[in-house]
Amino acid sequence: MLLEIENLSLHYGRIQALHGISIEVGEGEIVALIGANGAGKSTTMRAISGLRMPSSGKIRFAGHDITRERADRRVVRGISQSPEGRGIFPGMTVLENLDMGCYTRKDRAGIKEDLERVFGLFPRLSERRKQVGGTMSGGEQQMLAIGRALMARPKLLLLDEPSMGLAPLLIQQIFTIIEEINQQGTTILLVEQNAQQALSRAHRAYVLETGQIVKTGTGAELLVDPKVKDAYLGVA
Amino acid sequence: MQFEYWLDNFWSLTVGGLTQGAIYALVALGYTLVYGVLRLINFAHSEVFMIGTFAVPIAWTAIGYGRDAHPSGLGSVVLLFAVGLIAAALASAATAMLVERVAYRPLRPKNPPSLIFLITAIGASVVLSEAVGLLVKRKPMGAMTLIQPKEVFTIFGTSVDNVQLLVVGAAIGMMLLLDQFINRTRAGRGVRAVAQNPDAAALMGVNRDRIILMIFMLGGIMAGGAALLYMIKVGSTKYDAGFLLGVKAFAAAVLGGIGNLRGALLGGLLLGVVENWGAGLIGDKWIDATAFVVLVVILMFRPTGLLGESLGRARA
Repeated sequence: MLLEIENLSLHYGRIQALHGISIEVGEGEIVALIGANGAGKSTTMRAISGLRMPSSGKIRFAGHDITRERADRRVVRGISQSPEGRGIFPGMTVLENLDMGCYTRKDRAGIKEDLERVFGLFPRLSERRKQVGGTMSGGEQQMLAIGRALMARPKLLLLDEPSMGLAPLLIQQIFTIIEEINQQGTTILLVEQNAQQALSRAHRAYVLETGQIVKTGTGAELLVDPKVKDAYLGVA
Repeated sequence: MQFEYWLDNFWSLTVGGLTQGAIYALVALGYTLVYGVLRLINFAHSEVFMIGTFAVPIAWTAIGYGRDAHPSGLGSVVLLFAVGLIAAALASAATAMLVERVAYRPLRPKNPPSLIFLITAIGASVVLSEAVGLLVKRKPMGAMTLIQPKEVFTIFGTSVDNVQLLVVGAAIGMMLLLDQFINRTRAGRGVRAVAQNPDAAALMGVNRDRIILMIFMLGGIMAGGAALLYMIKVGSTKYDAGFLLGVKAFAAAVLGGIGNLRGALLGGLLLGVVENWGAGLIGDKWIDATAFVVLVVILMFRPTGLLGESLGRARA
């Protein structure tokens, strides 16, 4: 397993956000984490990337225990996140934002290659490389956030709500690109409220409810699960 | 009002104000850098400057140039300038980094309200100035005259001397270097990333604590430069020399737009000039009052300062 989360709990002050969750992500997979607002999806992501420290449990990445490691060290290990709300640097240009994505890398040739790859996936970014990030549309910022995360050449790509605030057509596009990134060899853990899209693209998925995993299975299984359908797919 | 006096001496007041303002600007950079990244007003920065002023005569005396020395020849003046700059920059940067390590970093993981940082800042400031006060028995310390003021040229009938030129030139030079560092280097990009979005910066692999320490170091180096120029211009320092100058430099930073490097330059020069005009217009003892009245008036009309916040969270 590339990523193993074991019995992870996390508190915000006195409020417990995660109640001993366990998640596994194998090499080459797309795994989706679905659930309602406040279920703990983003909290799980923040624990994996190191922005929040768990109160108990274990996180292992490629066999190493990274539970208490600093966020910037996990980037070097190969974990890269496109955060909720995109988190681009508003005062930097597209190119500078992408440059931040490879902050820890020194292989110039590889960086150049990856920049071409990102521009291949998102031609829009190539057209706007000199534009300041804060002035771009929501969809463009989302592309920039994903592109920036790819610039780290991660083993594991964490995508937090890549479809948030986007028009339906753009959502299709983003998910197609996510599949493409996966086929190029990057493992993906995806957090989504758009369960329909997430489940139809993911190999496996977990359903999170109030900080607990309540269901897990392949994407196809969960798509037809009556309870999941009822709660997350908006079809009676 | 001595309107005629002010008009007659307009250019000499302006040149004098620019010289003082250049020193404000260098110190203001320290406030602005730290604020831009941490949203924290490092009130101990005035002491960072003060300790730099002491380092200059101590270093000069250590290499044989005591109070009454008369350096001769351009070579030795340049060498002494370099020694003074290195000593002051080292002392100030070390002080600034110590303050960060002792007074701020231990608090950060607990995520306390910003008022707490303000209190430790004031505490650190008092501790530093009192410690130096005890060490030097609260006596002033003088330095030799590195450069005898000599008229270089006249502009509008006002003579401009070499010390004034050196102070303004050196200050602007240091600021340009800092500006290039922040905008052109990888470490500078890390600084801007932490300022614009600390969480996202961590996700890019930026070590936030290291960037913060570097910010304090850079602010300290600039304050060290200011300390050297101050000693060349004024010639003597005291354990409480940082206080008023620090408050003025902070005012300059706010005036230009705190968090904005170019704003610190503009605010510093402007504050120096305006307070000197005020002194000429109303009388010398009104110099400090003028500075703060101008600050208040400008903030009433432009609450984010003249250039606005920019290193920080300002959206383009």
